[in-house]
Amino acid sequence: MEPINEINSVITPLNQKNVDTDQIISKEFLKRIERTGFGKYLFYHWRFDANDQPIKDFVLNDERYKESTILVAHDNFGCGSSREHAPWSILDYGFRVVIAPSFADIFYNNCMKNGILPIKLSVSEVEALLSKEVYNVAVNLEVQTVTGEDGVVYSFDIDPYQKKMLLNGWDEISLTFQYEDKIKAYEDKRIAN
Amino acid sequence: MAKTIIEKIWDEHIVYEEEGKPDLLYIDLHLIHEVTSPQAFEGLRLNNRKVRRPDLCYATMDHNVPTRNREQIKDVIARKQISTLQQNCEEFGVPLANMDHPDQGIVHIIGPELGLTQPGKTIVCGDSHTSTHGAFGAIAFGIGTSEVEHVLSTQTLWQAKPKTMQIKVTGELGYGVAAKDIILAIIAKFGIDMGTGYIVEYTGEAIRKLSMEERMTICNMSIEAGARAGLISPDETTVEFLRGREHVPAGEAFETEAARWLALATEEGALYDKTVEISTDEIEPFVTWGTNPSMGSGVSQNIPYTSDFAEISDQQAHEKALAYMGLEQGMPLEDIAISNVFIGSCTNARLSDLRTAANVIAGRKVHPNVTAIVVPGSQTVKKQAEQEGIDQIFLHAGFEWRESGCSMCLAMNDDIVPAGEHCASTSNRNFEGRQGAGSKTHLMSPAMAAAAAIEGHIVDIRKFGLVNA
Repeated sequence: MEPINEINSVITPLNQKNVDTDQIISKEFLKRIERTGFGKYLFYHWRFDANDQPIKDFVLNDERYKESTILVAHDNFGCGSSREHAPWSILDYGFRVVIAPSFADIFYNNCMKNGILPIKLSVSEVEALLSKEVYNVAVNLEVQTVTGEDGVVYSFDIDPYQKKMLLNGWDEISLTFQYEDKIKAYEDKRIAN
Repeated sequence: MAKTIIEKIWDEHIVYEEEGKPDLLYIDLHLIHEVTSPQAFEGLRLNNRKVRRPDLCYATMDHNVPTRNREQIKDVIARKQISTLQQNCEEFGVPLANMDHPDQGIVHIIGPELGLTQPGKTIVCGDSHTSTHGAFGAIAFGIGTSEVEHVLSTQTLWQAKPKTMQIKVTGELGYGVAAKDIILAIIAKFGIDMGTGYIVEYTGEAIRKLSMEERMTICNMSIEAGARAGLISPDETTVEFLRGREHVPAGEAFETEAARWLALATEEGALYDKTVEISTDEIEPFVTWGTNPSMGSGVSQNIPYTSDFAEISDQQAHEKALAYMGLEQGMPLEDIAISNVFIGSCTNARLSDLRTAANVIAGRKVHPNVTAIVVPGSQTVKKQAEQEGIDQIFLHAGFEWRESGCSMCLAMNDDIVPAGEHCASTSNRNFEGRQGAGSKTHLMSPAMAAAAAIEGHIVDIRKFGLVNA
């Protein structure tokens, strides 16, 4: 996956709680057998009406956020299904960072495997970001900060192992193969018992 | 120190641990289906890797299989996904219950049926409802496709040790109250994200008295409370369910296994990171009225008012949900008209669910405004139901009787609730558009869904008569 460290962009404010993976990528788009090409289906039923026309007041259809690579949402982002098509569609659309007060566990993990940085900030910090109309921030994973255009700095926590994976864009499977002797030993021990 | 079953299973499966890293955890059973696996197998091919332990994998097709006219799948992309799974299983030597196989069914229904699901195992699947298998006292959780590829390649996963939570259900279940009502009540009381970061153990006398089928319904929806996994310590009910099943040992070896399983149960005095309680006094037959599983109430209640919520973000979510559902605040739940009924899904499509629903509808007719379908969870369930004559009860009442699959739970196949219509559904999610674009889902138990099919609106099963649940 693509390494990630510094991302500078206007934020896209999606002021909603409990955004589920069915909304992020609807089931009719899950039948493809590739990992790419899901961006055009991101939030499809919020972006487009029944006649496939853009819904004007949805934030992703707002011209001001067209180039944005940072999505900001409220609590429990990515709840529901384990479908990795959700982060695939977010990445393919062009987002590299998602900021929210909390994330569903599986979605959070899935982001990490795809070079998307999920950032947890406090509710009040996220609400401050969501209240801005057009607001640029600079994300720095190395130092774990989000710096607003007005100089406000938000710090975030991230697991050191996951941070290292993201910074380097490492393939986890290749890393795990380095522990193959341990896996073999575990299997042998289980058979012996 | 006394240990929980969660700690015992976790500790037994650590392949490697190191400060500052997640644990490398061994996976005992990897269940596979057609939607979340193709990219993982493709990853193996691109990197010239093989499946490390095909003998610990089991695949079937469930998400987008048609539930009628199976010989001709019209949807070209769905057909390709299904044939891709066949090819992948053949190429990598993974056992597969193909669409025409007698064991085919929803992956979370057939795992337990075949005895693949066993206490003490670590079980994963590229599906969030993998938590179902926790009913047997297993750590079972849903994973993404990258993790599917990781398990295929290495039979392990890097996992940070989760926190533990006890959800204690005290008291005895009232008349007409089902396992589905327990879990819907838990999610409504504690919230859709109460379980984030935790593995949940369900305890208490109400849980102990449940059958394995009912326990599966509860554990299945752990993910709807945000918990990746939910489990129940094994007991004699667990052992007796598994006795004689295809993938469990027979004879003396079974007794040895059974003793090992029973010893996994959480020990007296073991501590959890968090404990919450709910009394059965708080649980009546439940229905959801909103767009996530926590937006539900007892059937005798009215839809809450926006002003009942303290936080502005919750008020906004409530307004948005009711606008989508086309419902008014303060409206009695029993006044909600229903035009579709779906009895199926990994939550409630086992034989006991179909029996319960059949008891409710026997001798009655589906309301003229209602389209009602029954989708058995597996071919085995379907066959058993047909042997008992349950299919005839449904057909006489005016239900459609289908082949097994996920079907209208997520509407990836042709089984779709039309836009704007309300569906009484025994499934697990009521998200916007879940059962089809513009569809409006009301989650409830099989008995409640069956009664709604007869009356054409939501009804309180306790007033409806005849419940052998």
